[in-house]
Amino acid sequence: MKQPQQTIETIAVEDLINRVHSFHDDGYRLVQISCAAEGEAFEVTYSFDKDLTLTHLRIPASPDKPIPSISRIYLASFVYENEIADLFGIPFTGIAIDYKGTFIRTSIPHPFGSSQISVVKKKPEGQHE
Amino acid sequence: MSYLQKSPWIIHYDASSCNGCDIEVLACLTPLYDVERFGILNTGNPKHADIFVITGGVNEINKEVVQNIYEQMPHPKVVVAVGICACSGGVFRECYNISGGVATVIPVDVYVPGCAARPESIIDGIVQALGILEQKRHAMNAGVEGTV
Amino acid sequence: MSKQIIVPFGPQHPVLPEPIHLDLVLEDERVVEAIPSIGYVHRGLEKLVEKRDYKDYVFISERICGICSFIHGATYCQGVEQIMGIEIPRRAEFLRAIWSEYSRMHSHLLWLGCFADGMGYENLFMNCWKVREKILDVLERTTGGRVIQGVNRVGGVSRDMDAAELKRILSEIPSLRDDFTELTRIFDEDLTVQTRTKGIGILPKDKAWDLGAVGPVIRGSGHAVDVRSTGYGAYDELDFKPVVRDEADCYARCMVRAEELFTSLDLIENAIDRIPAGDIMVPVKGNPSGEYYARAEQPRGEVIHYVKANGKKNLARHRVRTPTLANVPALVQMLAGCELADVPVIVLTIDPCIGCMER
Ligand code: SF4
Repeated sequence: MKQPQQTIETIAVEDLINRVHSFHDDGYRLVQISCAAEGEAFEVTYSFDKDLTLTHLRIPASPDKPIPSISRIYLASFVYENEIADLFGIPFTGIAIDYKGTFIRTSIPHPFGSSQISVVKKKPEGQHE
Repeated sequence: MSYLQKSPWIIHYDASSCNGCDIEVLACLTPLYDVERFGILNTGNPKHADIFVITGGVNEINKEVVQNIYEQMPHPKVVVAVGICACSGGVFRECYNISGGVATVIPVDVYVPGCAARPESIIDGIVQALGILEQKRHAMNAGVEGTV
Repeated sequence: MSKQIIVPFGPQHPVLPEPIHLDLVLEDERVVEAIPSIGYVHRGLEKLVEKRDYKDYVFISERICGICSFIHGATYCQGVEQIMGIEIPRRAEFLRAIWSEYSRMHSHLLWLGCFADGMGYENLFMNCWKVREKILDVLERTTGGRVIQGVNRVGGVSRDMDAAELKRILSEIPSLRDDFTELTRIFDEDLTVQTRTKGIGILPKDKAWDLGAVGPVIRGSGHAVDVRSTGYGAYDELDFKPVVRDEADCYARCMVRAEELFTSLDLIENAIDRIPAGDIMVPVKGNPSGEYYARAEQPRGEVIHYVKANGKKNLARHRVRTPTLANVPALVQMLAGCELADVPVIVLTIDPCIGCMER
């Protein structure tokens, strides 16, 4: 258990672009963007790396509130943003290479999105035992 | 047409497997297992192939690709499903994108279980496929309905 | 200005063991832009975490990809162990490191073989895979599985290696080293390899960092980014130095992988030297709660396993950021401006693992 503790700083969507800009200027590398459900809503987390230490920024998200894309600062973000848009149905505005829902094609739309989660909840707990 | 039995050509397609079975299929072709000594050749062209070796549980997108390859192969043809994913969907059976086994899309003749399937059992499966290929050829020559 | 045409590359292409699709915008023979599209092997296994016990899920995480399966399993376990506050036995960490290095060698040899095949050098392909079988033999002898090992558990590993086995591994290393020397010599000196790789698919140093490349791709462009340097697991006690090259072309990426074969052997010798005695597993009780971004170095680069749990026996979210996904933007950069005939070689140098990438 020698792994470092991680802190995740939650910020407002409005501050995102500014903060990411300063990470870029300080020479951080974009490691990943991930999305997870948090209660009824979602949270999107951006991870940066410098000198092998991870720093995380987190913003709240929901399917009806678009998130500004950071692909103008870190071009690489386009893969993660398209992925989140396809799997969670969370829209991003201004992605440099926007696949418009064809990056990961799935049999059901937005398998991780809100409608899906309520379906999972209706199932009785532990039905697999 | 007895040359078929001596030198069957196979085509391999990865229908959303985890790669485990794919690299074992490839390993069959390399020096330790070396199926080429039996005259079995790997081809990329469905129209040259007698045996369709398929791995993975078949997802929504590549369903059509699988059907396509199968239809392009000339008669007689045999399908070998390699790995538990291809047999039934395996650990990914409950995934939203997996249709659950090759048999949901095209008819399968030989099932090779295992996760990952061992090269020995893959070769065994292909040898069984040879027998089935021969039967199908006889049926086809005898003009049995539904074989062409 | 000449006319632009779009040439589709893939999804089924002879050099690609797996389906990936690229739309290449061409001007004469030169690629102006490359647009990847994926989804041919998307399974959606991250969703399964909501249906499976977190301990059983280890086996699914190992099946994200059959090539780096061991490290996927180990990293997932690291994440869960971290949020549960479990301290696994030191011996288990060493065993994980040894198996990780074996997986790395098997993956690199596989790649070197496929790469040789991609250049039309079939003999070398066969030779790489012949040596690779020796690695697989060790993995099978010690874990029971050739490509999917299944020895990782939350709380440790399920199999130990006894002293005789460790000795046997040590005694086999010199001959492996000879094999590797011979293989890398060919890659290093052969004229075909040189002309197909040198100065091709350039990824400048600053771009590599900016585009968030990982693994041999970024190390081939002069950055010493290797998660093993953070000393996770047993790596803090091993003498590890990342392999870095400055040429930033296909050749550099190829040689990084070739040299890493030797690093892996050194690390294994090191680990066997220092492995402590003791248990290999601690009992795990209760359910996890919390979140963590676990990371490790895979053959293809840094992998991130995000685990989030809220006290139930099923995790709330498991997310894997695999190295191939991180390398896609870099690939787009490398392809811009190259010749059509070089596309297969360049695509291969990021070591695309589509099973990983799409999960
Ligand atoms: S059967 Fe197992 S090894 Fe083979 S593709 Fe499926 S999960 Fe991978």
